[in-house]
Amino acid sequence: MLNDIVLQLTNIRKSYGAIHALKGVHFTLRRGEIHALAGENGAGKSTLMKIIDGIVQPDSGQIVLNGDARQFRSPLEAQRAGIGFVHQEIALCPQVSVAQNICMSRINTEGGFLVNYREVRQVARAAIEQLADIDVNTLVGDLSISNQQVVEIAKALTLDCQILILDEPTAALTDRETEALFAIMHRLKAQGMSIIFISHRMAEIFEHCDHVTVLRDGEYVMDTPVADTTPEDVVNALVGRQMTHLYPDKLTGDPTAGPVILRAEAVADEGRVRGVDLTLHKGEILGLAGLIGAGRSELVQTLCGLRRRTAGRVELNGAAIHPRDYADAIRSGLVYLSEDRKGEGVFLNMPIAQNVSALRLDKVTTPFGMLDRRAEMDQARTHGAELRLKAGSLRDDVSSLSGGNQQKVAIAKLLTANPAVMMLDEPTRGVDVGAKAEIHALLRDFAEQGVGIIVVSSELPEVIGLCDRVLVMAEGRISGELSGDQMTEENIMALASGLALTG
Amino acid sequence: MSNMTNQSGAKTSMLMRLVRMREFALIVIILALSVFMSFASPYFLTEGNLRAILLSFSTEGIVVVGMTILLIVGGIDLSVGSVMALTMAVAGKLFLVGLDPWVASLMGIGAAAMIGVVMSFFVTRVGLHYFIVSLAFLGIARGLTLVVTQGTPLSLFSLPPEFKFVGQGSLYGIPFVVILFFVIVGVADFLLRRATIFRRVYYVGSNEKAAEYSGIRVKRVKAGAIILCSTLAGLAGVIFMSRFGAAPPQFGVGMELNVIAAAVIGGAGLYGGQGSVLGAILGIALLSLVSSSLQLLDVPVFWQDGIKGGILLVAVTIDHIVHTRKA
Ligand SMILES: Nc1ncnc2c1ncn2[C@@H]1O[C@H](COP(=O)(O)OP(=O)(O)OP(=O)(O)O)[C@@H](O)[C@H]1O
Ligand SMILES: [Mg+2]
Repeated sequence: MLNDIVLQLTNIRKSYGAIHALKGVHFTLRRGEIHALAGENGAGKSTLMKIIDGIVQPDSGQIVLNGDARQFRSPLEAQRAGIGFVHQEIALCPQVSVAQNICMSRINTEGGFLVNYREVRQVARAAIEQLADIDVNTLVGDLSISNQQVVEIAKALTLDCQILILDEPTAALTDRETEALFAIMHRLKAQGMSIIFISHRMAEIFEHCDHVTVLRDGEYVMDTPVADTTPEDVVNALVGRQMTHLYPDKLTGDPTAGPVILRAEAVADEGRVRGVDLTLHKGEILGLAGLIGAGRSELVQTLCGLRRRTAGRVELNGAAIHPRDYADAIRSGLVYLSEDRKGEGVFLNMPIAQNVSALRLDKVTTPFGMLDRRAEMDQARTHGAELRLKAGSLRDDVSSLSGGNQQKVAIAKLLTANPAVMMLDEPTRGVDVGAKAEIHALLRDFAEQGVGIIVVSSELPEVIGLCDRVLVMAEGRISGELSGDQMTEENIMALASGLALTG
Repeated sequence: MSNMTNQSGAKTSMLMRLVRMREFALIVIILALSVFMSFASPYFLTEGNLRAILLSFSTEGIVVVGMTILLIVGGIDLSVGSVMALTMAVAGKLFLVGLDPWVASLMGIGAAAMIGVVMSFFVTRVGLHYFIVSLAFLGIARGLTLVVTQGTPLSLFSLPPEFKFVGQGSLYGIPFVVILFFVIVGVADFLLRRATIFRRVYYVGSNEKAAEYSGIRVKRVKAGAIILCSTLAGLAGVIFMSRFGAAPPQFGVGMELNVIAAAVIGGAGLYGGQGSVLGAILGIALLSLVSSSLQLLDVPVFWQDGIKGGILLVAVTIDHIVHTRKA
């Protein structure tokens, strides 16, 4: 049994100043297994993985790879030792083609002076084909987030590795790509590869993984075979308390009973949104579902002035609005949360407090046009506490936060606007179970207080669990509306792929 | 569960923050160099020398202020030297044809601002990069200057004394230029730290997309920074004109490099989102101090550019190390 172990970490510790990211963590990886790593945002999952990959150096602890004590000083060394790493945050070169991104490390490490681009394209195509249909000649910057994530994964697949680390790979993927990824993971596992898989979704862990290790607040909690435990146990272990219900209670009665807050008629943009009617009622949470590319994000972006509206009419509380740009829309009470947190949601190298105030600087401005920094801190503290933000100091840069906590900063920013309508694009992407439940409960609170809530989500359980009513989009149009018992994964998928409902 | 602010952590990091700050390091270096120089050269601590050093960077320092703001927004302007010369030429020429010198100066500054407006059009509307656009205007503005002056320096000895006072006079023994400089720097530094409109400059420089998705009118902010930088270059031009009583068409050639170097030594990055006026001013003070020290130490003038380049490299390297350690 012993030589079955490919990687063993013992007593790993790592601190960033006053923050103890890891306080003596153990981790054991066996040959040919898929090993889930679970924990709340900021539990230390990514930090542990970065230590394995040599990006971060531990303060103390032991790393044994194939029986030898090792410590990598750089990702290149780790790569040479057969470790592949798909990062949580997408790190690609946007100005370069998909093919060259996928083969970046090959181009980097292979000898020879000239790059064989034909071979590069072939290798890239072979790797990406298994996951999705993406042209390897497109520039990465032109791809959607989910497609960029596919490119990240394909990049790791071209490496000849023995251990593959996937840090929340499914957070940005749609169902179809997720399934393709799991098929590949099982194939690699059959070939003897060991895979570390990080996810906040219990269903994925229990369906596809062999072992699960749980971290909480930088501490090791447990490591068990998945067969010997239950999703409830894992959730309780990682949250550290009993989690009773994951989703807040829904509206009782007809979700469209309340007065209309937002009405859109025949709204279209330059091509992605082709004539959409929609009403949002007071008190309800409206879901927008559909496949990637169906135009959901484009629709909400058009509504709030981030994209040009070429046709149609939008009414807010009965009055027609024509936001010239997003700044205009914010003033009339429409706010939008981008799906791309790192690229569009936060200012990574600016302090948390300054991130929170960015949307409504006027709220922390004195009559003389000066910033009231105390008000700015207070505001960040209030909204941070509301969202249970885990941060060292509000003066720290956002880049020092874990992924989920960065998302909370982006949401806190919206809260400062006292919005009439909040449109949230994948609001809980990469957010842990506990925080996710908190965000959901908060959205429900806002809905009850009369704020209109539209949630775009690719995670069907979230759409079904959270929303009172869901509009499904396909090819830029609404292909159907579901509410109550009709909101099932099957019905949503059928509408999303453009099929009519049967029964 | 939620451990928001750790008190003791916050306190130690305050001290660390101070020490890490570029401004702090620069002050230490400037003081150290001054102490060394006061021993090395008896002339260093004389009033005349200190005044000469101050004078040597105060006008250029006004340009540094604009450049710093532009660097923070993520831009750069190579045309400042040419725009300055153009302002002097336009104002000088208008004065020579009979306009009131103050009005002529305002029109000169207006010309500089117009250059900024045109550059901002190419950057924000056409979508060209600052570097390319300002490189083009480095040539265009210099060309216009040569056209206006016909290639020969305009001599403006007939400027009235009250106008010459701006560049040559003193209040309580302090050159008026230096006072003006301190006022502008003080106001700019304060506004950049505290004013809401300047905070937007940091947002745009830090992450343009996120700024857009926070409802900030990114194009407006960028255009504002470009125009401000050109306008301040124009103001510096007018001051130089008053100081020298002339408008030489070749004035300010190569000045952009010194100005950018000062801002970068002072902590502004070329990727935007970082920098402060105080830092940049300390940067240009350091560069001037070094020049004058080298002269006092009888180091051949040929060495100066090389040594300044070395200082730039060292400053940027230290900054890089500190930042990668932090991440
Ligand atoms: N460079 C850094 N500087 C300071 N603190 C850091 C840094 N990197 C991580 N941390 C802190 O270490 C802790 C663990 O972060 P880590 O990114 O490993 O969490 P995670 O488990 O991956 O969370 P998530 O699910 O949100 O991705 C967090 O409290 C985070 O704020
Ligand atoms: Mg993580």
